[in-house]
Amino acid sequence: MSLWKHHANFERHSLLLIIGIVVVVSIGGLVEIAPLFWLKSTVEKVEGVRPYTPLEQAGRDIYIREGCYVCHSQMVRPLRDEVERYGHYSLAAESMYDHPFQWGSKRTGPDLARVGGKYSDSWHVDHMIDPRSVVPESIMPPYKFLAEKELDFHDIDARMKALRVVGVPYSDEDIAKAKQDLVAQADPYSTDAIDLRKRYGAKVVNRDFDGDPNKITEMDAVIAYLQMLGTLVDFDSYKAQAPENRR
Amino acid sequence: MSAPPLKSGAPPEGSATLLIFCVIGAFLAIVGAGVSSDPIFRLQFETIAIAGVIAAFVLNGKLAGGTLVDQPDRYSDNVIKAGVIATMFWAAAGLLAGVVVAAQLAWPRIFYFPELGFLNFGRLRPLHTSAVIFAFGGNALIATSFWVVQRTCKARLGLGITPWFVFWGYQLFIVLAATGYLMGATQGKEYAEPQWYTDLWLTIVWVAYLLVFLATIWKRKEPHIYVANWFYLAFIVTIALLHLVNNAGVPVGLLNHRSYGVFAGVQDALTQWWYGHNAVGFFLTAGFLAMMYYFVPKRVERPVYSYRLSIVHFWALIFIYIWAGPHHLHYTALPQWAQTLGMTFSIMLWMPSWGGMINGLMTLSGAWDKLRTDPVVRMMVVAIAFYGMATFEGPVMSIRAVNALSHYTDWTIGHVHSGALGWNGFITFGAIYCMVPWLWKKPAMYSNKLIEWHFWIATTGILLYIAAMWVSGIMEGLMWREYTPQGFLAYSFIETVSAKHIENIIRTIGGLMFLTGALIMIFNIWKTITMPTPETAGTQSADDMPAAPAHAIA
Repeated sequence: MSLWKHHANFERHSLLLIIGIVVVVSIGGLVEIAPLFWLKSTVEKVEGVRPYTPLEQAGRDIYIREGCYVCHSQMVRPLRDEVERYGHYSLAAESMYDHPFQWGSKRTGPDLARVGGKYSDSWHVDHMIDPRSVVPESIMPPYKFLAEKELDFHDIDARMKALRVVGVPYSDEDIAKAKQDLVAQADPYSTDAIDLRKRYGAKVVNRDFDGDPNKITEMDAVIAYLQMLGTLVDFDSYKAQAPENRR
Repeated sequence: MSAPPLKSGAPPEGSATLLIFCVIGAFLAIVGAGVSSDPIFRLQFETIAIAGVIAAFVLNGKLAGGTLVDQPDRYSDNVIKAGVIATMFWAAAGLLAGVVVAAQLAWPRIFYFPELGFLNFGRLRPLHTSAVIFAFGGNALIATSFWVVQRTCKARLGLGITPWFVFWGYQLFIVLAATGYLMGATQGKEYAEPQWYTDLWLTIVWVAYLLVFLATIWKRKEPHIYVANWFYLAFIVTIALLHLVNNAGVPVGLLNHRSYGVFAGVQDALTQWWYGHNAVGFFLTAGFLAMMYYFVPKRVERPVYSYRLSIVHFWALIFIYIWAGPHHLHYTALPQWAQTLGMTFSIMLWMPSWGGMINGLMTLSGAWDKLRTDPVVRMMVVAIAFYGMATFEGPVMSIRAVNALSHYTDWTIGHVHSGALGWNGFITFGAIYCMVPWLWKKPAMYSNKLIEWHFWIATTGILLYIAAMWVSGIMEGLMWREYTPQGFLAYSFIETVSAKHIENIIRTIGGLMFLTGALIMIFNIWKTITMPTPETAGTQSADDMPAAPAHAIA
């Protein structure tokens, strides 16, 4: 059969072989991934999703640094048991400002997509300092050092600038006031919190997340992040069956 | 070798350039570390500086002492020897990290240290996965590809000193990535955790690797490029593509270790799993199939079963694999059309995968008796069997209904370990058991008996591991969705965690057994290398010189 003989061209010319490989491996990615960037239906239109406040973003950076995503997903699937266990299934819009996404691939621990508001701040503090003090059978590592370590946020405005470059809509004012916003959110008596809420929304709470009023710790940032997870979307106004949301 | 032989004593081409590169690199790294106020960045760049300084001193010493001599009429085997040693070193390190993280899940009260947060599971697990995939697997791929491409092209590795740059550059990448994870430098994308400067460094090393591989192919004395080299080439080219796209990001500053990826949310998810699944497809499959296509025929002294099958399954495999990523995102916020496409192609992938398995297994036609007598052949055959099993299990798990149960559970962990330990581990061990006597000019390995021990301990370990993960994965998947007759969820999450305690212990034992096997192998290799070399190395000489008629099956 002559077709087999033609294959000798690939076997005799290394550049032709490389071109063949590049063409063949490019097709799948182009057909599957590229449309997600221009198909408008990929991400629903919902009310309430906003970029992270500086303190939440700092907490998210710690969440990533500690590799929380290797055991905790942030993606509730539309299955009966998951919706009952964790809450409304996750929407694409809820992670539209997530660089990187943290959907995860494994649930050695429970899903965290809607953990915000489920437990008190002090439960989180106890749980992270010694997980087995509140959940005896837990196999989670202890994160005592988060409560001791002061949060390093000297470059938080630079981080937000980098995030703006990749598409997160922070305003100039958000970036200029990044440090002020961060300090305000960790202080229950801050007057700057009014300005913070004006730009990030009325739901943003300022409080002493780790219960230690003397310093802003990494624990403050992580709990601020955990307590807002999954709380942004206004599900009363979200119509899952509306034509623009059916995918 | 068209060029006339260089006068004896001349160093390999590019040595001086590499020396200058090391000096400049070390200087820039010292400046970067000195100027930065970011402690993680400083430590990482101090590591680069130390590596650059050591490399410059060693290179300079060898150039000045005249010990670095090019031997254009011989194969470059020293860099492969280094690669074999590095492969086994990282195997021990990566498997040990795996045993430690498994023990943490089995006995959290013993293996977590509140004062040593950098040893927590979240930082050690990326260390384990990167160490076994990229350090152990990557070194095995680079070392075997350097062996295979020289023998099947009958040409010395191209580009002078560059193969050594690829080897040491890759080790620097591993050290930067591994120490970075412990310090907390991570992008938070699975199997793509290293930060932007480490990614850039890997890009430079990888381009050099591609050029060495191509330069060797361009010097070949065989008209045809052997099938193993197609797979190596597909692996090198596609990994470069995946790496560049998935790691596209913006650093917070040029003196800051942190960066943010350009993609967000759903687009980031699909890009990541396009990368992640094809790290499996091209790093752990195509590259290791290349090993199979050289070392299996060579060891059993039979030609590859079917040339046509290798053509068909090569192109089908690389075409279909790329589509399979979305099966990691079933029932998520990824649009359903993408999930369906991913599932469809994942099921289709079964066929080209088994094409490779059949081609490998049937190569033993007429030599099946070697299974009884040669434990290395047995190891490679079991590797192919595990490959076949994992590539059947994968398509099954990619079916949406199955995935609804299996996703997020230990079943996935069992699946990847049957592939990684069974297929990647065993085919690599087989290839290295072949190469060590060839490289160090010994008649055979020091002890066949120890290879038998390695085989049986490791095989039992794998079976314990994957059986435990099947049980715990399916159990927790079922428990999560279990309802009481009254219609309430039957189990709280923590009940599903404590239910897995026994399985977590069994998997730790299984991993420990696999590690033990690797340590036995390291001992065996050590004894082989230090064995006295027989004076008459006549039988091996054909393998030393590109000009001699090689008996590779091309």
